[in-house]
Amino acid sequence: MGTEKIVIEDLYKGFGHEPGKVFPLLEKGLGKDDILKKTGHTVAINNASITVEQGEIFVIMGLSGSGKSTLVRCVNRLVEPTRGKVLIDGEDVLKMNPKELRELRRRKIGMVFQRFGLLPHRTVIGNVEYGLEIQGMPKEERRKKAQSALDIVGLANWAGSYPENLSGGMQQRVGLARALANDPDILLMDEAFSALDPLIRKEMQNELLELHSRLQKTILFITHDLDEALKLGNRIAVMKDGAVVQVGTPEEILTNPANDYVADFVQDVDRGKILTAGSIMITPEVITSKDGPRVALRKMKETGLSSVFVVGSGRTLVGIVTADAVLTGDNLETKDLSTVLITDVPTTSPDTPVNELFPIAAETKIPISVIDENKKLLGIIPRVSILAAISKKEVIQ
Amino acid sequence: MNLRIGYYFKELISWMDDVFSPFWDFLSDVIYWMVTSLEGEFGAVPPYVLIVIFALIAWKVAGHKIAIFTVVAFLLILGMDLWWPTMQTLSLVIVSTFIALGIGIPLGIWASRNERLNIILRPVLDFMQTLPAFVYLIPAITFFTIGRVPGVISTVIFAMPPAIRLTNLGIRQVAEDVVEAALAFGSTPNQLLFKVQLPLALPTIMAGVNQTIMLALSMVVIASMVGAPGLGEGVLTGITQYKLDVGFEAGLAVVLLAMFLDRVTEALGKKHNN
Repeated sequence: MGTEKIVIEDLYKGFGHEPGKVFPLLEKGLGKDDILKKTGHTVAINNASITVEQGEIFVIMGLSGSGKSTLVRCVNRLVEPTRGKVLIDGEDVLKMNPKELRELRRRKIGMVFQRFGLLPHRTVIGNVEYGLEIQGMPKEERRKKAQSALDIVGLANWAGSYPENLSGGMQQRVGLARALANDPDILLMDEAFSALDPLIRKEMQNELLELHSRLQKTILFITHDLDEALKLGNRIAVMKDGAVVQVGTPEEILTNPANDYVADFVQDVDRGKILTAGSIMITPEVITSKDGPRVALRKMKETGLSSVFVVGSGRTLVGIVTADAVLTGDNLETKDLSTVLITDVPTTSPDTPVNELFPIAAETKIPISVIDENKKLLGIIPRVSILAAISKKEVIQ
Repeated sequence: MNLRIGYYFKELISWMDDVFSPFWDFLSDVIYWMVTSLEGEFGAVPPYVLIVIFALIAWKVAGHKIAIFTVVAFLLILGMDLWWPTMQTLSLVIVSTFIALGIGIPLGIWASRNERLNIILRPVLDFMQTLPAFVYLIPAITFFTIGRVPGVISTVIFAMPPAIRLTNLGIRQVAEDVVEAALAFGSTPNQLLFKVQLPLALPTIMAGVNQTIMLALSMVVIASMVGAPGLGEGVLTGITQYKLDVGFEAGLAVVLLAMFLDRVTEALGKKHNN
């Protein structure tokens, strides 16, 4: 893993006159609703800790009211946390004075908002250059930078238009260009695509992924949409009632939900899109290409399977030997495997989504072998495992 | 039972008159100078030239229809032989509006950012707007004797509330996500105000300016009761001496002047809106 870019530690945020009042009650284990009833205070963030690595897309997911938008605003202190720690590149954000905080917002962080937050009285380019303008950058220089940010999001020809004349998707591209204009390390995206039509949304997600692979920004992305979270996130934090319930990769969240809440959340997901061959493969029993048919047969008897994989040096995949072939005629009497070896076996890479394995599985009875770029056998996927993975039963190892 | 609130108010006013006497004198001098200088400027230019200038302003800001109206209205005023009192009234209205906006808009901005001031200001504004205007003419006379100055002061007090209210409202109405975005990119409070809040609040603030001018004009008759010269004198003569013709002509001139100022400032607000 890379270096830690954003660290949030034991963060609390209470809304009300005396947010400090809620801590003793929280420590007693009272819930959000009880505290609201007793003190009139809302606990928006309850002891949240996350670490965002340099260059990753970290998604915070939760339903409305889970505190995710408040949490992301604590990173640049649009919302002032009540207690806890926020570090960016090791610097304590909460200890910054107003001037240092402004510098942080100007140089290091770009933010994209759900409802765009564009300035309606400024043109598209006027919006994009706003962040540079308030830093006092000369007009010519900032225009140039703003124009190249517009190029990135594909709106180069719209510089002179006003936001109200643009579609929602285009407005959000302007929002994105504005966030990119001052070339920040970090992008905070608060439900950035939630207000867009499904098709535009998908398009924007793909573009963001493409952009991320090109620019390598650290992105903290907030969403209530699980599919979006699974698609974009290198890692995902699931929030509920202001607390972080689970942090993990999309596959970890899907295959190993921390509690019923997360499990409920993920139950309707199209798992085949998220789970990869690598995550459902099992370790195969193998023989080497020097072994004979008898060894193969013994291995099959030991494992109770009707086939066995054959590997060469460095565990490279050679092929498969089936029980049927070994027992046909006098094949068992031959010394080497070549007569019974099937080399035309279906293969796939470890990061292929499970959905794409269906066509392969439909055409063959042999388990699909998962190999890396050097043809090294990493694991195999029997057809039953594919079905098990999709129906979210635990894969039996 | 008698709480004698009136008595204490009177005592307070006379105490303020004594203690701040040099300040009142200074204020009086400044305002007198402002109004009479402006009157002098208007008096120095031939009426026909001024009519052309007014029409040009109206044409530039509000279009040719209002420009034609402006020419007709001011020719009518000239024809009724009310040109000079109209210019005196216009001077008083301009100076009062200028002062009212000079205090009201900053106060409105401040109130939009300071909840406590906002809460304190609300009843004060109600007071300023609803207390019968005659009542604060009395302390105005105490501080400034009679003439143009107490007229301006009472007009300022009466006309200022909409400027404060609508500036405050306009800034508060600026969409929260826009303000949040401006802050997220590192705006200073002043940058937020001048680059985001004020431009977006401008149509509402201009509505306040328009209201302030209209209220100032509506005070001209009352101001003339403390001796401020202008169209109010004619109206007052009409009432006190039962001269319907004089009163009606002066009243008509007030209306024409009001329509001119209203259409022009209204168009100014709309222009900024687009």
